[in-house]
Amino acid sequence: MIRAVNIKKSFGDKTVLHDISAEFQTGKCNLIIGASGSGKTVLQKLLVGLFEPDSGSIFYDDLEITSMGDEERKLLRQQIGMLFQGSALFDSMTVEQNITFPLDMFSKMTREKKLLRVNEVLARVNLKDVNKKYPGEISGGMKKRVGIARAIVLNPKYLFCDEPNSGLDPQTSLLIDKLISDITYEFNMTTIINSHDMNSVMEIGDTILYMHQGFKEWEGTKKEIIFSKNKLLNEFIFASEFLQDAKEMRMIEAAKIRG
Amino acid sequence: MNFFTHVGKYILTLKGMFTKPENAKMYWKELMQQCVDIGVGSLPIVIIISVFLGAVTTVQSAYQLVSPLVPLTAIAQVVRDSVMLELSPTVTCLVLAGVSGSKIASELGNMRISEQIDALEIMGINTKAYLIAPKILSAIIVIPFLVIISMMLAIWGGRTAGELSGIIPTATFDRGLQEGFSGFNLAFSLIKAYTFAFLISSVASYYGYNVKGGALEIGKSSTSAVVVSCILILFSDYVLAALLL
Repeated sequence: MIRAVNIKKSFGDKTVLHDISAEFQTGKCNLIIGASGSGKTVLQKLLVGLFEPDSGSIFYDDLEITSMGDEERKLLRQQIGMLFQGSALFDSMTVEQNITFPLDMFSKMTREKKLLRVNEVLARVNLKDVNKKYPGEISGGMKKRVGIARAIVLNPKYLFCDEPNSGLDPQTSLLIDKLISDITYEFNMTTIINSHDMNSVMEIGDTILYMHQGFKEWEGTKKEIIFSKNKLLNEFIFASEFLQDAKEMRMIEAAKIRG
Repeated sequence: MNFFTHVGKYILTLKGMFTKPENAKMYWKELMQQCVDIGVGSLPIVIIISVFLGAVTTVQSAYQLVSPLVPLTAIAQVVRDSVMLELSPTVTCLVLAGVSGSKIASELGNMRISEQIDALEIMGINTKAYLIAPKILSAIIVIPFLVIISMMLAIWGGRTAGELSGIIPTATFDRGLQEGFSGFNLAFSLIKAYTFAFLISSVASYYGYNVKGGALEIGKSSTSAVVVSCILILFSDYVLAALLL
């Protein structure tokens, strides 16, 4: 479990996060949603330790990352995997070298065992025959999957995904969402996903935190979100007319069921 | 950002490199890779520049030393000392600031913009130690060798140009090279090479590592790295000459 307690963050005069407290549960896909500029990326970077909060604390289970020294933090980070928005693959390395890199750096495995592990995670993300290809030679969806493979190769306890669907077609987005949620349940990881893709929210959002202009505006589950009375949340998730219609239909259906 | 902010950030960036490597073997691999990139990658341009520097120095020295009172061997001495004291270390390093400095800055800048540096940080790697230290160390190892190669090639270029243009026979040139040779000149040249190597690699790494923005900023940081490196090379060239000669 990851816990943020009263997190505040400013850049210069601009406060981007106001007193955020939240809990992200183990074995679940925890989504942070919000419009662009709402502070969700800053929150994720704070959670992962790339930024330091101005005040407040962040706990990984019982370990407080905000008060850790560099060496302790390095050890904790070996239990963290992250999928970046642009995949962040090392473009001078092949797919295989990209995934082997964390193993080379932190494990004492033999070359053969490393290759076995690389092929195992590539198979897990449904990729084959790409070992010797460079990131520039594969599609956006494949890059994301390689990014996931690299993130999970050291069996992390925590997985962070920043906009995993950005730049992908709807079909590939669904595949990536399913992959992330399957991996989360399979390895019992604490997964935190930044997204503004409503498909993802409804598909894999076990818990959802809605951010608005640096404030935590709402939190709940995907079952609760549809019936939420929060005006700002409704404006965000039902921004399109299509979804508005869908919401009305669901409300009618729900009313029928309730009798 | 003002001058003092840059200096402060530069010092902090360099200070951040001094930690225990996560895996010494991987750092060694990166160091060797950088030695190849900076050393072998810059060798062709160093060869071309050095040969012509020596050749031009011979021809121009002969043009200026026309008095019958000045022996021909003086041309070789002028070429030798010009090449050792100034041309090889300074001009070679100015060129390397353009070739290797811009490469280092744009490589790190691209890694920063495409979040590759963040990805390394998340893995628990000290990116300053893993990305910057091998670049600085490899420059300090390789650039003095390039300067020595440059000196030899420049003197050879001068000797060949003297022979081909009929200015000075090779036997006379060789005799001139040995007359009044001071070993300190070689030491001074190497002190310069080490200083410039550190400046080129550290300034380029600083600008590349701290890029913010997009593709346009990578180009800007690369240009800034080259300009600042060149200014610092020339400034330290003067300071070293004033202090040591």
